[in-house]
Amino acid sequence: MWRGDYLYLIQNLVMKDFRIRYRNMSLGVLWSLLNPLVMMGVLTFVFTKIFPNPNIQHFPFFILCGMIPYNFFTLAWSTGTTSIVDNAGLIKRLPVPREVVPITSVLSCCIHLLVQIGLLIFIALTSGVGVNIQWLWLPVVWVLEIVFVCGLAMLTAAVNVFVRDMRYVVESTNLVLFWLVPIFYPFSMIPQQYSRIYEINPVAALVILLRRILLEAAAPDGPTHTLLKLVAVSFTIFVVGMVFFRRLKPMFYEHI
Amino acid sequence: MSISDGQPAIVFHGVWKSFTRHAGQLLIRDRIKQRLHGHHVEKFHALRDVSFIVRDGESVALIGHNGAGKSTVLNLTTGLCRPDQGQVEVHGRVSPLLELGAGFHYDLTGAENVRINASLLGLSRREVNHKFDEIVAFSEIGDFINEPLRTYSTGMTMRLAFSVAVNVNPDILIIDEVLGVGDLNFVAKSLERIMEFRRAGKTILCVSHSVETLKSICERAVWLDHGRVLDDGPIARVVEAYKNAMSQHAVSAG
Repeated sequence: MWRGDYLYLIQNLVMKDFRIRYRNMSLGVLWSLLNPLVMMGVLTFVFTKIFPNPNIQHFPFFILCGMIPYNFFTLAWSTGTTSIVDNAGLIKRLPVPREVVPITSVLSCCIHLLVQIGLLIFIALTSGVGVNIQWLWLPVVWVLEIVFVCGLAMLTAAVNVFVRDMRYVVESTNLVLFWLVPIFYPFSMIPQQYSRIYEINPVAALVILLRRILLEAAAPDGPTHTLLKLVAVSFTIFVVGMVFFRRLKPMFYEHI
Repeated sequence: MSISDGQPAIVFHGVWKSFTRHAGQLLIRDRIKQRLHGHHVEKFHALRDVSFIVRDGESVALIGHNGAGKSTVLNLTTGLCRPDQGQVEVHGRVSPLLELGAGFHYDLTGAENVRINASLLGLSRREVNHKFDEIVAFSEIGDFINEPLRTYSTGMTMRLAFSVAVNVNPDILIIDEVLGVGDLNFVAKSLERIMEFRRAGKTILCVSHSVETLKSICERAVWLDHGRVLDDGPIARVVEAYKNAMSQHAVSAG
């Protein structure tokens, strides 16, 4: 039915979100930096003064490699989950392809993310961590993460139309995830029988990969093929989310 | 070419459509209750076995009291929902002129809203760039186009939304209760634009409470009553029958 220009539409909707969010803030995008910096300060205090771990170099930077993927994931997933219900006006009035709605809400969080990645790079350059050739992998791992979140958001956004409790499930999962993603502890500390589970969790995998690339200057795939696992899980979830969403979308109109 | 020879643009064939009255009962708690107490979900039949064909270049009015199913017909045509039974076929690009300004945001400027709204209606970047000046000129917004929408009057917002919708260049134009807005000049100009559509051989499906507006736009009317087609034919005849039924209803109710 709708034969429009997908890319132009998504671009317009993402810019719309961005403008609405930042136009009325005097500090604008600086707000995106405040949360990770505060969390970095607090966690650095706790884990260098109260529970010190002398094995970790560049501790504030180490924390930031965990916080930024975690922040992006939780924000994108929760806004993506409620996106269809929040955009009821659009769904009820215009025959816009429904997939555009959760994907746009995930991509809108990427503007936020770009600012935070800028911060990460700035701190890498100023704190003596330094640049290395493996940085070329950074866009790859982030794109994989975005693909994963888009898939997951389509899945939960569709469920949320029919069972509105879904958003609370997502919010609770996000809280639990703070402890199950290696944010303030290194991947190497995880006992071997659990490490596999960490690697197939794309949020944890992203943190592991970021630290390998930025802190160890090592190739991201590593001996256990963390990168390959991230590729496999991300695309699987994307396809599953897309198929599930398409099955349910004809019934959205009647349920919102 | 006479009208009845045209290719079908909109085909409704034995269409049934019902809506569930869930009254916001969408939490897990409510779902479990529904399961336990059996499926006694209340259903509302918006359309019952509706069939009609609108051919290319025809302009058809839908008339009927509130809740007769007019909006459901428009929404099925636009592709917002699907029938429970029967078929809905639509041939050509549809532009819904219903509830103007879906997706408008009051913190954004008129120009930003035009681009967003146009892309929602299916225009490509090239088409938007090409038509932008025309849209702005038609709306008569002037320099206000770069001001946030919250500084606009209701009439200005409506004019802008109307300008976007008519510039989508659809094959099928869907008009739902929008011609009562704006000042008389703009209403006249909108009507003129709609008549241009007719002369260009476009298909129009129209809902309005103003019978006079419908008579000036449409040649044929479909009368819906409680989800069924009561009458379908030349607009003068159908409107007359509808008016008679309404006044009888008013007498018997009074």
